[in-house]
Amino acid sequence: MIHLTGITRIFHMGDQTIRALDNVDLSIQNGEYVSIMGPSGSGKSTLLNVIGLLDRPDSGQYQLDGKMVTDLSEPEQARIRREKVGFVFQSFHLVPRLTAAENIELPLILGDVAPKARKSRVDEALHAFDLYDRAQHRPSELSGGQRQRVAIARATIMQPTAILADEPTGNLDHQIGAEVMGLLENLHESGTTLLVVTHDRELGNRAHRQLIMRDGKILTDKNI
Amino acid sequence: MTLTDTIQLSFKTVMSYRIRSLLIIIAMALGVAAVVVLTALGDGARLYVVNQFSSIGTNLLVVMPGRAETSGAFPGAVLGQTPRDLTLKDAQLLGRLPQVKRYAPLNVGEAELSAANRLRQVTVLGSNAELIPIRHMKLAQGSFLTQGSAHSAQIVLGAKLAHEFFPRNNAIGQRVRLGENRFLVSGVLTPQGESMGYNTDEIVIIPVEHAQSLFNTTSLFRILVEAKSHNAIESAKKAMLETLKQSHDGEEDTTVITQDAILETFDRILHALTLAVAGIAAISLIVAGILVMNVMLVAVNQRTSEIGLLKAIGARSADIRHLFFAEALWLSLTGAVIGFLLGQVGSLVLRLAYPQLPAWAPVWASLSGILVALITGILASMLPANRAARLDAVQALGKK
Ligand SMILES: Nc1ncnc2c1ncn2[C@@H]1O[C@H](COP(=O)(O)OP(=O)(O)OP(=O)(O)O)[C@@H](O)[C@H]1O
Ligand SMILES: [Mg+2]
Repeated sequence: MIHLTGITRIFHMGDQTIRALDNVDLSIQNGEYVSIMGPSGSGKSTLLNVIGLLDRPDSGQYQLDGKMVTDLSEPEQARIRREKVGFVFQSFHLVPRLTAAENIELPLILGDVAPKARKSRVDEALHAFDLYDRAQHRPSELSGGQRQRVAIARATIMQPTAILADEPTGNLDHQIGAEVMGLLENLHESGTTLLVVTHDRELGNRAHRQLIMRDGKILTDKNI
Repeated sequence: MTLTDTIQLSFKTVMSYRIRSLLIIIAMALGVAAVVVLTALGDGARLYVVNQFSSIGTNLLVVMPGRAETSGAFPGAVLGQTPRDLTLKDAQLLGRLPQVKRYAPLNVGEAELSAANRLRQVTVLGSNAELIPIRHMKLAQGSFLTQGSAHSAQIVLGAKLAHEFFPRNNAIGQRVRLGENRFLVSGVLTPQGESMGYNTDEIVIIPVEHAQSLFNTTSLFRILVEAKSHNAIESAKKAMLETLKQSHDGEEDTTVITQDAILETFDRILHALTLAVAGIAAISLIVAGILVMNVMLVAVNQRTSEIGLLKAIGARSADIRHLFFAEALWLSLTGAVIGFLLGQVGSLVLRLAYPQLPAWAPVWASLSGILVALITGILASMLPANRAARLDAVQALGKK
């Protein structure tokens, strides 16, 4: 369970202060499917980064699965990122030097999983995301849809409780985007919490709960 | 992240930036190779000189007339005196000292050697029978002043002279003329070649008395003394100086130098030279280290978004630091090993080109070359690795 109270994140740009998150309260139960929408600069990505422990709020409290995580040390936060959340980005963020299989394997390496176990888990993931014949290809040799599938395989390989997707279809055409959303929704069906930031109204409406943000605040929070 | 994984992952990175990695490795390798080859050269030169100098004798002391004062001339010169000459009597006195194994008086000059219708200028050494063992010379045939023939007009020919004058028949027993005097060839030296300025193949040796009359002198050029043992050298030197002082009416007008002291001086100077050369070569390693730092800083910049990604999927700052660290270590370690091998090959080439030069890199030089390469690599990667580890994850991810 994700539980935010009074989360504020302030950025300074010269003498300007930007409240990317302004006193946000939010609770998300395990297994929910939430879409986050809103105009550019409204704080959607910042919210996702705070939830994924990639960014620290300036004030407020964050409880994850009943545990206060706001003040954890850097290595402890890294551990939670590794074990409990999986990020999916608009621009895929694959390591260009590594093959598809090696990219998927990275979180397992960071999590000290033994090489043998790693291999079988990567194989499984390659099958699950229909990437088996692309295993030895580098990202530059893959299509956009394939790249995002590799990214999703990497995000799920540690079996996180939550997938945080920041405009996962932003760089894909409509049909491929729909396929990728389908994959993410499959993960939700098997019990993973799914948070998706999107500009696409149609995709946003597929979620069971929709947050609309503006100026660092959650403007509406409705179940669909 | 385990050590093995860190090493493997950074190896993959090194391999995927081939040209960049190659350039750094070459820079490192050249630095280490320079240390190895230059110290091999320096130490080879040292050994060469030491060997040359050792080969002229064992536990050798050399007596010269005149006093070598660091402050200037012989002190008696102020009073209008000249240093007393060394005489045969001095040599005999020295020979009686208990620390002395044997001695050889020495006169050196030039004279015309003629025989069998040939004539040429030769270097003449006048001495006794002991000269040959003291100076580590060997007779190929015959003898020189064996007991019973102590003062007879014998002559020993250098190998080349013997061959020149008597190409067909045995030189032993032949008569030759040196200046105005007749000599009987009693021995021929084995070929030895150049050693400390003399080509012993082109000298002749005659008894010292004959040399003195040939050169019309009563004084000696040098007295060579061999001490009984290495330990006796210092006390021999003291006793010799004392004996000579007494025989010269209390005047300290001779100088005794020991082969050992000269050897030590050469050894020290050439060793210092080797060290200096190694130090200069090591500077190129520092330059290579700066190159590593630069390249790693560029790498951190290039891979900023990748670092952000690694953090997003759960890498700790320490993992990132270790990855960059390991990468730099791979580069410098590979460079050091290749440089070491390159240096060994270079030394081998030197030894093949100059067989007299024992150009082996000293172990300390090879080890410190490799060590300096590793240490500069490690130091140079610290700043970039820390910079990478401290990057803000969100900002790093946002960078293209
Ligand atoms: N590192 C930063 N430094 C300064 N300002 C920042 C920084 N990161 C975000 N901001 C500001 O915070 C606000 C929220 O940014 P955020 O990226 O969360 O918006 P967003 O809703 O994701 O927008 P978009 O739809 O364009 O992705 C914006 O005004 C942005 O300019
Ligand atoms: Mg955004």
